Amino acid sequence: MRNRFAEVFFELAQSDDRLCLLVADISPAGSIEKFRKNYPARFINTGVAEQIMIGMSAGIAQRGLRPFAYTIATFALYRTYEFIRNDLAYQNLPVTVVGIGGGITYSTLGATHHAQEDIAVASTIPGLRIIAPSDPAETEAATRWCAVQQDGPVYLRLGKAGEPDLTSHLKTPWTFGKWRQVVAGSDLAIITYGTIASQCVKAVHMVQEHGLFPSLYFATTIEPMDFQTIDEIFSRYRNVLIVEEHVGFGGIGMRLKALGTQLSSGLHIYLISLPNSFSHSYGKHEELLFLNNLDANSIAQRIKKISS
Amino acid sequence: MLTTVSLPPQQRCKLWRRKILDISQKVSALHIAPAYSCVEIVDCIYFELMKKSSSEFVDIFIMSKGHGCMVQYVILNSFGTLSDNDLDSYCQPNGILGAHPDFGVPGVSASTGSLGHGLGIAVGQACAEKLKGSKVKIYCLVSDGELQEGSSWEALLMAANLKLDNLIVFVDLNDFGGLERMSEGHPAFYPLNKKFESFGWSTFEIDGHNSDEILSVASRKSSSQPKVLICRTIKGKGISFMEEAPIWHYRSPNPSEYQAALLELDN
Repeated sequence: MRNRFAEVFFELAQSDDRLCLLVADISPAGSIEKFRKNYPARFINTGVAEQIMIGMSAGIAQRGLRPFAYTIATFALYRTYEFIRNDLAYQNLPVTVVGIGGGITYSTLGATHHAQEDIAVASTIPGLRIIAPSDPAETEAATRWCAVQQDGPVYLRLGKAGEPDLTSHLKTPWTFGKWRQVVAGSDLAIITYGTIASQCVKAVHMVQEHGLFPSLYFATTIEPMDFQTIDEIFSRYRNVLIVEEHVGFGGIGMRLKALGTQLSSGLHIYLISLPNSFSHSYGKHEELLFLNNLDANSIAQRIKKISS
Repeated sequence: MLTTVSLPPQQRCKLWRRKILDISQKVSALHIAPAYSCVEIVDCIYFELMKKSSSEFVDIFIMSKGHGCMVQYVILNSFGTLSDNDLDSYCQPNGILGAHPDFGVPGVSASTGSLGHGLGIAVGQACAEKLKGSKVKIYCLVSDGELQEGSSWEALLMAANLKLDNLIVFVDLNDFGGLERMSEGHPAFYPLNKKFESFGWSTFEIDGHNSDEILSVASRKSSSQPKVLICRTIKGKGISFMEEAPIWHYRSPNPSEYQAALLELDN
């Protein structure tokens, strides 16, 4: 995702000289290095200093330019919380905060680098929109949208590198604020977003071999929630499974469960999420997902159990 | 406005103190002493330093020490940017002015109040103006207390790294935080000028109540460096019983204190 972000940002910046990139001492991925070389003045490395990265972004946006502030998600969002709240959201400025390593994708770096409660944190800030692409294609569409939107700040939650393409075959284009049905089925609905989406796609393929046909939705825009699609899902399916690479508290699962309890009594909403604790385990991303029952096989087992 | 502009700065500043004092009788949330310490600085920025195009300001002023905003409000009122009604409804449910500046209010360039934010925003604005190739200057007033925030030093480093010579920062060095004297509670805060110099700033230390000195030093050209004027000031300046008395960071004068203050301002 970060490489696609870099490619698209570089492409857009060639024709839009308002676009600036602020980073906090993070090594630029792929095409960002080209951007830096071609437009050195518009590439600003604030050093290991995330507060000024956000504060400067606010001032730059106030004077008519379009800054993206880019670093590892935990530092981009947690260290800077009050700066995003006051400088970006309170002043309603079109700044995109790009968080790399959403969820537990920095799986060998320990809990300091796990953005496992970022959706909860970002959701508390009025006016901060949250976009969590599930693959490079959604990252590209979201980046293009962020570069031109004028309505206030965005938290763009990306993964790392090497995520598979899951959506470029879809006929419905990515649209801000709209969730997407990626697999059409009938037995139950699965809702997910972010880097774990590929595990859900694998899980769906696994259960299809056993005669189960779930629908799969990508909740790429988390703030605002797509209440129209939520209504459709809740009215069409008896069982809904939410899969989040995020702690249960404050994620979309908690919000959807709260909504669901107000609706028909026949609706069952299930959630698989990270535990509300700090991980002291290390390994590949998929290995950490496995330890937390969030790998494709665990998700498939859960689908079967719900359907039985 | 014309009559105000034609006044000598000392008389203007007396007028701002009087207006702030009058407003203090309507509401309790005032921050009167921290506004009084920066009256001459803010007056000089608006009346002498900021470029104007017809009636609009071209240059930018950011009140990073948001709690001093009363002086900004009364000056913006004198330019007609804020109406008399705006001032009269300060901190009232039907008004637009609160005890801290709110971006979007006419004449207000940044939402401040949480300390250590305005300077970073000012650095961003100065950086953007450089990128645009404009001649716009950014003036920013910070309190000495807010320089205790780590974010202030992140901003100071970046301004020097980026050689933002279109940024002029004023430090209202009244030596008081909300609780105590900085020099007693945080003696390592001093010497401040050496800290700025070592961070790559063109640094001057002046009397923050001397309008002529503020103008003279602020107008000096500096090359490739951001400029800071460390302004020695007195918190509560102008009313003897408010000067350097921490309680006046927060409270408003009662009716008898108001009368006593009026007498002092009139003399």
